[in-house]
Amino acid sequence: MITDLLGSGAIETLFPNGISRYAIGGLLVGLGTVVIYLGTGITAGASTFLESTLSYVSDRSRFAQYRASRDWRVVFTLSIIAGAGVYAIIYQGDPWALAGSAWITEVAPWRLFLGGILVGIGTRIGKGCTSGHGICGVGSVSRTSLVGVATFLVVAIITANIVAAFGVTP
Amino acid sequence: MSRHPLFMPLIIVGGLIFGFGLGFSHMARPEVVIDFLTFEDFGLLFVMFGGSIVAGLAFWTLSSTGGSAPLTGRPYARRLKSFDKNVLIGGSVFGIGWGISGICPGAAYASLGVGNWPVLYALAGMFVGAYLQGVWRSEPAADAAAVPSDD
Repeated sequence: MITDLLGSGAIETLFPNGISRYAIGGLLVGLGTVVIYLGTGITAGASTFLESTLSYVSDRSRFAQYRASRDWRVVFTLSIIAGAGVYAIIYQGDPWALAGSAWITEVAPWRLFLGGILVGIGTRIGKGCTSGHGICGVGSVSRTSLVGVATFLVVAIITANIVAAFGVTP
Repeated sequence: MSRHPLFMPLIIVGGLIFGFGLGFSHMARPEVVIDFLTFEDFGLLFVMFGGSIVAGLAFWTLSSTGGSAPLTGRPYARRLKSFDKNVLIGGSVFGIGWGISGICPGAAYASLGVGNWPVLYALAGMFVGAYLQGVWRSEPAADAAAVPSDD
């Protein structure tokens, strides 16, 4: 039906890897958020962990405000790592075999490091990241989050296309 | 401060599902994010919209009951932040970083989980960036304006 409307091949062009992995993955990300919200009322985002964890080593007021939540945020992040590890062991390489399960990026280390610095600055100044604004904020139909998501999405699209235009791959 | 004994187990279960989902969605791979941002594969739209619809249904249903969460007593509420120019400035800086690296905080944690050790460069960068803005914004004058964020 949709294929008829868009013409044959359009779906394959827009979604060369299909949509099920993305849709199922997204539903699970939402479900993880909901599980925590149901029990605790907390709309958990990922980037506060950066500042709350810095409160272990710095007394700066900006980090100290997160002392009360820093322990569970460490647990949350370790659980995210573990959950992705379970995915890797099942779906990457031979199922349930640890050897050969790792997937390693080919994006250059300087891109990861430089981009990471800007992500660290921007998410904390901008009051949220892809999970805080993107999942919890959009789910709350928060105008602040909708504007935040539109801002980082448009800027990221422009940036990634400029980087690609300079022939940096990957 | 005492917490309900099920608080941490619930955080662990939620985090495991969240991380498994990020792995399954392939968003833990910077290449997939970069392909999305350069219009090669629009699949990531389903991750964000799928996740926010599921979360949104729960937020709206529970917050409209006026109840509060069993483990914390915290009232069910939506995630609402005040809007100011920081949302635009921070969002733009984050966007540049996301476009350069293809990695955001949650996906970076999950990326480590799928065995992608070079993402440690990105995580190190994120801590450096978070530290820098914290030092800038922890000055006495800036502190009064600092807005706590739960992300």
